[in-house]
Amino acid sequence: MTTYIIQRLLWALVILIMLTLLVFFAMRLLPGDPLLIYVAQSQGLASMPPEALAKLRAEYGLDKPIMVQYFNWVGNVVRGNFGTSIYFHEDVGKLLLKRFPITIYLGTLSFIIATIVGTLAGLLAALRRSKLADQIVTPLSYIGITVPIFWLGILMIYLFGLKLRWLPIAGYTSPLDNFWLSTRQIIMPVICLAIADIAALSRQMRSSVLEVIRQDYIRTAWSKGLQESSIVMRHVLKNSLIPVITLMGIAISLIFGGSVLVETVFNIPGIGRLMVQSIFAQDYVVVQSCALVFGIIIVLTNLMVDISYGWLDPRVRYG
Amino acid sequence: MVKRVEIIVKNHTIANDFSEAPPRVSEWRRFRRVFFQRRMVIFGLAIILLTGFIAVFAKQLAPYDPYDQDMRSTLLQPSEEHLLGTDALGRDTLSRLLYGTRTALLAGFSVVGIAVVIGVMLGLIAGYFGGIANIIIMRAMDVLMGFPMLVLALFIAALLGGGIHNVIIALGISALPGYARVMHGLTLSIRENDYVLAEQAMGSRNSRIMLAHILPNALPPMIVLITLQLGFIILAEAGLSYLGIGIKPPGAAWGSMVNDGYRYLLSNPMLSFAPGLSIMLVVFAFNMVGDGLRDALDPRLRGLL
Repeated sequence: MTTYIIQRLLWALVILIMLTLLVFFAMRLLPGDPLLIYVAQSQGLASMPPEALAKLRAEYGLDKPIMVQYFNWVGNVVRGNFGTSIYFHEDVGKLLLKRFPITIYLGTLSFIIATIVGTLAGLLAALRRSKLADQIVTPLSYIGITVPIFWLGILMIYLFGLKLRWLPIAGYTSPLDNFWLSTRQIIMPVICLAIADIAALSRQMRSSVLEVIRQDYIRTAWSKGLQESSIVMRHVLKNSLIPVITLMGIAISLIFGGSVLVETVFNIPGIGRLMVQSIFAQDYVVVQSCALVFGIIIVLTNLMVDISYGWLDPRVRYG
Repeated sequence: MVKRVEIIVKNHTIANDFSEAPPRVSEWRRFRRVFFQRRMVIFGLAIILLTGFIAVFAKQLAPYDPYDQDMRSTLLQPSEEHLLGTDALGRDTLSRLLYGTRTALLAGFSVVGIAVVIGVMLGLIAGYFGGIANIIIMRAMDVLMGFPMLVLALFIAALLGGGIHNVIIALGISALPGYARVMHGLTLSIRENDYVLAEQAMGSRNSRIMLAHILPNALPPMIVLITLQLGFIILAEAGLSYLGIGIKPPGAAWGSMVNDGYRYLLSNPMLSFAPGLSIMLVVFAFNMVGDGLRDALDPRLRGLL
């Protein structure tokens, strides 16, 4: 197990390094000189004499070879120095630190809810195959996968926010400041973030359970005279979760990808909203940093999924 | 010599007559039977055909010009004249909705086209040659998978400067690793077949083996994946155009229509409801047809794709 964990850790490190390479060099694909863009945005290009430009270039290290620039940038990022935002007039590191917990909070909550609801719904649908529960869960899972989440958010705002007035239509309050208001505000965003994963996980769980209950060991368990509840809990659930866990990486990716849309719909000041805002402000330093943060989230969560997978299913460690 | 051949042929027919093998079922007939078994698949196919029809004949079908602004009739409620009402610039919602099929299908098919061609080629090369090519290609794919797809597409589209063409390129790059991975896996398993070994023993060129033997055998799962992915790509494109990254105004895209209508949600809910429902229907249709194709072409893929 230790070897397996070390292997996975090293692998995550390699991916992280390659992520920084991709993000750094993708920025260099930008048409034009990054310095000129910066200057044009902050001061207006016309006022800048060539000598001053050269001085600025040296100041930002942009006259150095590209690999040196890359290592300088990575060194700065590791120390939390992402640069300064032109649009928000703020240190990007501080900006990210303020917004990062919000995205993580909503994302983690959605992921936990999606896992519990999706797994149970799939289990129920499979155990009561072709009965009422299955006939409700299966069509709903198709809808959950296909619904545009930004539209679902708007539908919910219309129904629960504007018509019924049960929930606030948008905004975000920290649960530490006002727990009740915060919870009421995040109900709709969390549903939007979780819906696709609930659907995907319940579908996977359903087919996985249907596979497991055909196995010999389940028949043995029945013939031993075990209670249905103990068969389901101890044998069916455990074994059918294994294929579902392989889906977890994609599920997490889906939630954080969705946060770009959901945070925009509900006006939540997280990393997703920040990324969209800075794209329109053409604040590429922030865009770059947000993309990097999302990449780091995905790599680290996938690392955790891999490790728990290896722990649950010993076959993986030796495979 | 001639006689012997006859005997062989005769024996063959005799053997055939008495063999216990089940009667041959036409592959095509079996495909049709399984594919059209589920009503939902037929429904999905009908929606896709209808969408394609509307996209081609949008000009003839639309009651008004979708770009025609009429400041005297803004934000009209649905009526006989404007079946779905008009938007804030007095444009007919139904006409814009019909033209939106073009954006959705154009984006869907071109993105998948780009991703399939490049992804399949990379997966095929990585799987067939292995070694250093495998390491470089598949690790690069892992890095692309290290971002949420929507974030990666947003990042690339933002760097390229937005607009529908750049969104197509961005989504194409983001969708690419999925195809490369599946093709890589398929190549690894198909490569082990005896007919590939036979070709290699005969000294065929690698390109011939890859294109004439491995690629056709990987086709069924690929077709299923492509169909299923088309829906998700249309969904992703709608998401980007909702954010305002996709098609530039006054072009009609369902995602941006949902966003435009949001401001008038209370007075004119149809402005947001109708395009969102269209996205959902089309995505649902592609998913259903993809499922049907999977069951008909290769049921073993259940739960994998």
